[in-house]
Amino acid sequence: MSDADASETSGKFGEYGGQYVPEALMPAISELDDAYRRYVLDNEDGFMDDFRARLRDFGGRPTPLQHAETLSSRYGFDVYLKREDLLHGGAHKLNNALGQVLLAKYMGKERIIAETGAGQHGTATAMAAAHLDMDCEVFMGERDINRQRPNVFRMRLNGAELNPVSTGSGTLKEATNEAMREWATTVEDTHYVIGSVVGPHPFPTMVRDFQSVIGTEAKRQAEEQIGGLPDSVVACAGGGSNTMGAFDAFVDDDTVSLVAVEAGGSGLKIDEEEGLAPNSASLSIGEEGVLHGARTKLLQNQDGQILESHSVSAGLDYAGVGPELADLVDDDRVQAVSVDDDAALEAFHRLSRTEGIIPALETSHALAYLEDAEDLGENVVVNVSGRGDKDLESVVEETEKRDIDGAPSMGVFE
Amino acid sequence: MSAIHAAFEDTDAALVPYITAGDPTPDATAAQVRALAAGGADVIELGLPFSEPIADGPTIQNAIQRALDAGMTPDRFLDLVSGLDVDVPLVCMTYFNLIYQYGDDRGIEPFVEAAADAGLAGLIVPDLPVEESDALKAACDAHGLDLVFIVAPTTRGERLERVLERVSGFVYVQARLGTTGARADVSDQTHDSLARLAEADVPRAVGFGVSKGEHAREIVAAGAEGVVAGSVFVDIIAEKGTDAADELETTARELKEGAVAGVAPRPERT
Ligand SMILES: Cc1ncc(COP(=O)(O)O)c(C=O)c1O
Repeated sequence: MSDADASETSGKFGEYGGQYVPEALMPAISELDDAYRRYVLDNEDGFMDDFRARLRDFGGRPTPLQHAETLSSRYGFDVYLKREDLLHGGAHKLNNALGQVLLAKYMGKERIIAETGAGQHGTATAMAAAHLDMDCEVFMGERDINRQRPNVFRMRLNGAELNPVSTGSGTLKEATNEAMREWATTVEDTHYVIGSVVGPHPFPTMVRDFQSVIGTEAKRQAEEQIGGLPDSVVACAGGGSNTMGAFDAFVDDDTVSLVAVEAGGSGLKIDEEEGLAPNSASLSIGEEGVLHGARTKLLQNQDGQILESHSVSAGLDYAGVGPELADLVDDDRVQAVSVDDDAALEAFHRLSRTEGIIPALETSHALAYLEDAEDLGENVVVNVSGRGDKDLESVVEETEKRDIDGAPSMGVFE
Repeated sequence: MSAIHAAFEDTDAALVPYITAGDPTPDATAAQVRALAAGGADVIELGLPFSEPIADGPTIQNAIQRALDAGMTPDRFLDLVSGLDVDVPLVCMTYFNLIYQYGDDRGIEPFVEAAADAGLAGLIVPDLPVEESDALKAACDAHGLDLVFIVAPTTRGERLERVLERVSGFVYVQARLGTTGARADVSDQTHDSLARLAEADVPRAVGFGVSKGEHAREIVAAGAEGVVAGSVFVDIIAEKGTDAADELETTARELKEGAVAGVAPRPERT
């Protein structure tokens, strides 16, 4: 039995994981754990059949595994793009959001809350809630609201109420704090849809299970298209849900390298004086600690205060990471690497120009890694976790600050 | 019996105020603690500020931010506690990560040892449910510290028993769902929670929303052995800054008098 299987019962991944939450939430978390086992693991009342049918009809699954011709000739190995950007909503986030909102419905909950960084998870949750006729409230940092505006409108269009969070740096960490506080207040009729493989057990395990469809499909598609397993799977990692979703089916296949690409931001360091880390590379430079319900790798100072993180990509801008991913990195099963803001922007433009796909800034980190990767092998699957429409305003602004090879003029036509 | 438990036994109805250490400056805390003690506090909760206070409402979040901005750290907190000369037992309220990271090696032992050396009588860790508390409980026992747990309105049945088995000093009865913060009334959940805790062999102090003498009276009249009040004191500090002592003392006295006024109608404990 792998650690992953053991976690279904214990919620621990080696040293990581657990349930570090206020007492008021513990009964709800036990109830959720029970519902997760019955509906997700045991398919009670045909829950998983219902979920898969909705992922197909509402979500548009399966998503393609596409051979990327230009990138393949650029790098000299075959690049296959797992097109989660084509999932309804434009990112992998719907896999989890639909699963959890449906589960909440089966559990008899009336209301959904969620935190969001890039707004992709908020959007996916708002869509799933509208689809399943549930009330939905989303917490989003003010800074993120400003840099991901299209998603703000999408959430509202789907009928969700948006709560701006202005504390701290106004990003994902603060939105998560606020969602947890709200959950502690309304826990009796409300389910909190966490957006990544983070938080207290059973969230890391359950979110991974909902996202694991990515890797399961990719594995089957790789078998069909290349006649076997890929040599490596590359995915960006914020909290790590697209990452674990892409990796899970391959964890026991020792020949497949698994690479998690974190946001290097503007530098892989920690500034204790200023209380910030100009990156979001918790797997690469974080230290073990407890945040948002789980023990994991964190960006923190010597005292244990959590640092403000940074990334050009709102969805990666977070001081923590999923506990299972932290454990897989400690076990050397997953390799953690990082890519800085500049390289991610270059990759954004490269994929847009050469493959006709505008990727999310989060995904652009995974794509950027291909530039200087060694030993990825002959066949490389890259998880295209989302599309970049939400990022256009940020990209215009950030591109103007830089000299990016081959980027078009971002000025408005006179 | 621990110092905290004894402090409850020594009075008819205990007042347990909370303030955030280091708010608005590290030097202001000692005078605030003395003022609360002079106003009749029986046990004082001192918050050691953590950057992500998920159990706290806006009032205490802001206090924590002020304290962090003013340079409060775990080391300064423990120094401050060592230097306090009050007879009231002090409880440190903080989040788990600060306890876990303290000292050169990660783990809870160094903090608990330093806390005991500094003269703290107990710990409250709002993000540490009983399930994760084995190591901290063992360390607290070894160093003679109480580990106070919170019982929420949602804590029932077998969970409640597990909490009661492990709690010492007093049990913190969370009056309502949600986060800390002053409220206009006493929650109806209070009676219900006190009834569920009738068998507890430690004193029961009700908190979350208590801000007036009248609240304290009602809560004690409902059977509690004490009240916890935080945001009402933190609001005074937010307004008066380093000059808060007099008003802290007056407000503590009002709450204490309220609590004591609730004793006569209080039902006998079964
Ligand atoms: C497109 C996309 N990819 C990746 C992420 C990062 O999340 P995770 O690491 O959980 O996949 C986000 C988060 O918002 C996202 O929107």
